[in-house]
This record gives sequence, C-alpha cells and structure tokens, in this order.
Amino acid sequence: MSLVNNTESGLQFEEWDMVIEPKKKLLDLHLYDLWHYRDLLVLFVKRDFISFYKQTVFGPIWFFIQPIFQTIVFTLLFGRIANLSVDGLPHIVFYLSGVVCWGYFSDTLSKTSTVFRDNSQLFGKVYFPRLIMPLSIVVSNLVKFGVQFALFITVFIYYLSIGRIHPNIYLLFFPLLLLLMAALGLGLGMIISAMTNKYRDLSFIVSFGVQLWMYVTPIVYPLSLAPAKYKRILELNPMTTIVEWTRYGFLGKGSHDWMQLLYCCAVTAVLFVGGIIIFNKVEKNFIDTI
Amino acid sequence: MSIVIRAENISKMYQLGQIGTGTLSRDIERFVAKMRGKEDPFLKIGQTNDRTQAGDSDIVWSLKDINFEVSEGDAVGIIGKNGAGKSTLLKILSRITSPTTGKIKIKGRVASLLEVGTGFHPELSGKENIYLNGAILGMRKAEIKRKFDEIVSFAGVERYIDTPVKRYSSGMYVRLAFAVAAHLDSEILIVDEVLAVGDFEFQSKCLGKMSEVSQKQGRTVLFVSHNMDAISVLCNKCMLLKNGMMIDQGPKDSIIKQYLERSDKGGSKGLVFIDGKEIKEYTDKMGNHDSFELLSVEMTDDKSVRRNTFYSDEIIQVKCKFNACDHYSDFRIVVFIKDRGTGHTIILSQLSDSECYNHVLAPGVYESVCRIPPNLLTTREYKIDFFFYHTNRFNISLADAFYINIKFRDAKYLNASFEDSALLRPYFDWSINHIE
Repeated sequence: MSLVNNTESGLQFEEWDMVIEPKKKLLDLHLYDLWHYRDLLVLFVKRDFISFYKQTVFGPIWFFIQPIFQTIVFTLLFGRIANLSVDGLPHIVFYLSGVVCWGYFSDTLSKTSTVFRDNSQLFGKVYFPRLIMPLSIVVSNLVKFGVQFALFITVFIYYLSIGRIHPNIYLLFFPLLLLLMAALGLGLGMIISAMTNKYRDLSFIVSFGVQLWMYVTPIVYPLSLAPAKYKRILELNPMTTIVEWTRYGFLGKGSHDWMQLLYCCAVTAVLFVGGIIIFNKVEKNFIDTI
Repeated sequence: MSIVIRAENISKMYQLGQIGTGTLSRDIERFVAKMRGKEDPFLKIGQTNDRTQAGDSDIVWSLKDINFEVSEGDAVGIIGKNGAGKSTLLKILSRITSPTTGKIKIKGRVASLLEVGTGFHPELSGKENIYLNGAILGMRKAEIKRKFDEIVSFAGVERYIDTPVKRYSSGMYVRLAFAVAAHLDSEILIVDEVLAVGDFEFQSKCLGKMSEVSQKQGRTVLFVSHNMDAISVLCNKCMLLKNGMMIDQGPKDSIIKQYLERSDKGGSKGLVFIDGKEIKEYTDKMGNHDSFELLSVEMTDDKSVRRNTFYSDEIIQVKCKFNACDHYSDFRIVVFIKDRGTGHTIILSQLSDSECYNHVLAPGVYESVCRIPPNLLTTREYKIDFFFYHTNRFNISLADAFYINIKFRDAKYLNASFEDSALLRPYFDWSINHIE
C-alpha cells in the first residue's frame, strides 16, 4: 500500500500508482501519503480547538482553569498540610511547572491510547493515513500546552522579578524536553491503542495507570526528597528526567544528570519507533476486530 | 483502453462471533502453531459466506478469489444480495481494510464515498465542514478553496454556510456532504449505496452528477446499488457477487438480467404459499422480534385457491398468518406491490389504512387478509414484499415473497405498445357524449 511508483520488472512493463496487499513491510510508513494529507492534520487541530470552546462562555479560558486549580490544590495539600519540601522554591511556580508538563504528557498519552476506538466510525468509512490522527492529537495538545505554558511563563516572570528563582542556561534544553514528552506520550499511546483494540482491559489500566504514574514522577515533590534506594527506581521513569531537567532550567533547582537524559532519549526513541511500527501493523485491519 | 484496476485473487476472511473474549489464549495457540510451522488452527477453509446456513467454523470468507479488471472510463456496477461481499470489496478497494490474500493494483487517485458526511463535526459551520470533509477525502486545501463556490451552490446552502451543521435539516446536511464528495478530483470514484438518503430530486441530481463524472469527464466509477434502474442508467459493466464469490461479470444488461433471475427464487418456483422453515429464508429480521412469529403467507383468488396467475378482473387475496406472543398496540402490516423488473414500488397498502388498525391485539394466532381489487393491475409481472412492524418492538421484512402475473381475458382491445408502458391499468369512469 504505497503511493510510491511501483515498477514491476519482467516481460510486461506496468506502472501502478498503488498496490493493495495483505502484507506490509515493517517500516513502510508511506511518508509521501502522510505529507499529502498535511492539511488534514491542521484541520483536525482546528476542529479540536473550535469544538472545545463552542457554546462555552469562557471559551479558551478553560485551558487555564484546570492547571490553576490543580496548582492551588497541590499547594494547599502537599505544601501547606503535608509540608513536603520543594527545594526552597516558591510553591506555586514549583507545582505549576510540574502540572503543566504532566498535563501535556498525560493528555497526549490518554488521547492517543484510545485513538482507534474514538475514531472507529471515521476510520471505517474513509481512508487517510491513520498516523494523521495521533499526530493531530499531539499537535492539538501542544496548542493547549502553549496556552498553559504562557500561564506558567507569567508566574515565572513574576517570581523572577522578585528574585525568588534563578534560571540558567539549561533552559535552552526545554524544546528538546518538550519533544521528548510528545514522542513518549505518542509512542506509548500508539502501542496501547494498538493493543486495546483487541484487549479492552488495557483501556481501564490506562485510565488509572496515568494517575498512579503521576505519583512516581516528581510532580508534587522534588526528586531530591526521595530516599536513595527509591531514587534509583524513580529514575527509571523517563518522565522523571524530563520534569527534573525542566525545573532545573527554569527554576534553578533539580537534577540534571547527562546520563539520565541520554537514557531518557533512548527509552523515548525505542517507544516511539516501536509505537509507530505497531500502529502501522494494526491500522490496516483494526476495523475488523474493533 | 488501459487497465486502471486489476484485482488478483482477492479474498477476505472474517472471524465470526465474539472477538473480544478468549482471544488471548487463541492468539497464543495460533502463535505456537505458527512457530512450529503449522497451519493456523483456526483458519478452516471451504466455508462460504451463506448467512442462512450455520457453519461449523467461526471463520467465514466474505470474499473468495475475486479477479477482475477495470478499464479506464468504465462505470462498473457491483450487484448482489445483502451479504454478497459488495461492501467488503469496496472497503478493500478504498484501503479501509486489507485483503487476507491477493493483490489489487490501481492506477490513479482513488476517492471513495462509502458514507455521506463522514467526519462532519456538528459544532463546526458548513464552511469549516467543507474544508474538513474535503481534506478527509484527500483534497488539498487549495483545491477545496478553488471549488468552494461550486460545492456550495451544488448543495444549495449558501444562506447557511456559517451556521453549525447541527442546525441543518437532514436534507441540507446530506446535500452538503454529497456536494463535497462530488467535487473530488480523482481518476477513480468508488461509491457505495449512498443515494438511498435524500429526496427524489436530490437523488436524481446525484445520479446526474455521477454520470457526468463517468461519461463526460471519462473517469472510472465503481458503484454499488440495489437499485437496478440506477445501475443501468449509470453503468456500462457489471459484476455479480454471491456469497463472496464472483458469479459473473460483463456488459450490464446480461448481468442485471442474471441477477434478477437469480433473485427470483419464489417466482421461478411459482410459489404461492410459504410457511415454516422457508419463512426464515425470506425474512430479514431486525430488532427484538421475540414477540412476533410469522407462520405463513399465501396468495389466493377470492375462492381461496392458491395461484400466482390472475386475470385482470379477479380479486387477489394476500394472506398472512402470524402468532402474536404479546399484546400489540401499534402493529402494522405493509404490503408492497413492486414492478418485478425495476423493483420500484407501485402500490403500498397498510393495515393501518383500515379499521383493523384501531384494535389492540391480544396474544394469539391471527390471519390478515389484504384484498387487491380487480381491474387495477395490468399485463405485467409484479412482486410482493411484506413488512411487519410494531413501534419500538420489531421490524421484519419479507422480500420477494411472491410474483404475480396478470392476464387480460379479452386481449383484442389491447394495444401492446401502450400497455407495456403502463404500470397500472385501473378502470375509470368514462363517458362519451355526442354533443353536436
């Protein structure tokens, strides 16, 4: 199933634009196809954004409300009541950084993991490269993240101006960290989506697994608070590195181990490539089993 | 003419029953078998896809060894009964699912329209949906922009273009959706039975657009329909599928004729009475039908003699015996008298037209009799379909039950060329007066 011109060797010379076959090569991503449908990706993102705030009073302001409330709750619960240390940083900016990053990752993961089920109606009636759908989820969430990140930057500038936080040059790593988050959420989400297709149980695991995962990621506490033996376990989680590096760059406190970053990149790359391969394998026949 | 589609040995296997349960153990078993180089233990072959027979394996071949070629500019009609594999074939051609075996080679861009309005989002305006739907069907943004005005005027929704489509009437919705699809710039167009929606005017507009696409623009069209009229207007070639197998392919007339003959199960046997097991073969049940059991249907003259050939001045009685297993409050029987050739409904008659309708039926066995008055039908072959319906309970249709032949007793006044054009030949009240 590729749109690449396929020339058959042999006596008769025939040129076909497309060959539909049962078996597909492992990494036949038909990128040309994907590129052709790039407008669709943009339109999907636009659709998600518009349908999000249609018929609401506050419109896109809703994007702010969730992180603000989550930050307030965390500040009260973990900061004031449980009195967890936050490396001497201001509570608000510490929690907000974690909440915004985690929000992007978990939204991407949970939305991609149900991509086949949510779109089976559409996928069953028309062909377009299925990869467009998870990609559009990543980008849609990026728009949402952008809005929330602007909120974070506002708070960040406030604390910067009163001298409570000390950002450093590691801040420049943030685009890479963002890319890692997107790739991790997308890759893992695609693996799960491919499997939930057959084994529905997984979708239940995802919904509470994501919640539990947040607690093994230093969102409500700094990694430095964890005892040494648990620290090693927490560091197996690639999100730990991403959040810690983000905090180190913006707030000046956090771990910034190069080996950890390398490990995180490797895990992400494996999950991302694996996700794409599995997704591709499943996409062509999933409609028969869903 | 060059070949634009070549299908080689296309087969598609489906697994019946519940796929969600027990598949993990089954997958492991299958995997082990594969590892040891054995055949897939669940893939039994030789089962054809016949709905009416319970197979002994839960694997069916919904398509089996389909081979065909389509030349550039052909309009090919794909015909066959429900479950013949038409839609599966279209799904494979439009890359929604892949074949289990075989290969299809295609030259040119394919646009498929299996459903009208796929991907329409109710909250978005008509304009936004045109762009979204166009992109889903494979158009680039610039392309949609270029054709935007044309699409809007074809759909006739200029006034509402900035209104969310959830506020549209269903007719407007369908018109807009078809308009987008109709303006696709592809070399090959695949259309499933989507014309069943929309009013008559819109349907003929769609058909007109499709024949323009195939005849004037010379594009290749593959079209599935149960409407032989539409097929014969639009197509020049046909493929006939049955139980997933290709029965025949060729010029439209011979294939359509073959299809009609094959589907004339009752007619060729001259059936006038159906009961018991045979009823099941004819009925197509939907919804919960536990509360209704159809016992028999028969066709008789007014002396209760079963026949299927009548003189035009005779009364025809159509009787149904059924078992009502519950109290019925809104129960209807509908009798359709259709033209055998085209399948068009000529007459529709409902139980609710009569006084019987007001009765609440208590459980028990009933017989309904519908009397078709004399001097109404003409020298044609008709077929009779039934429909049994109860609000929110069941919905049962019995298609192609009977065929009726009508003869005139005194044919000397008839002029064949006039009579053939008429669908009905009722006796009206005529008078002729000498006035000057």
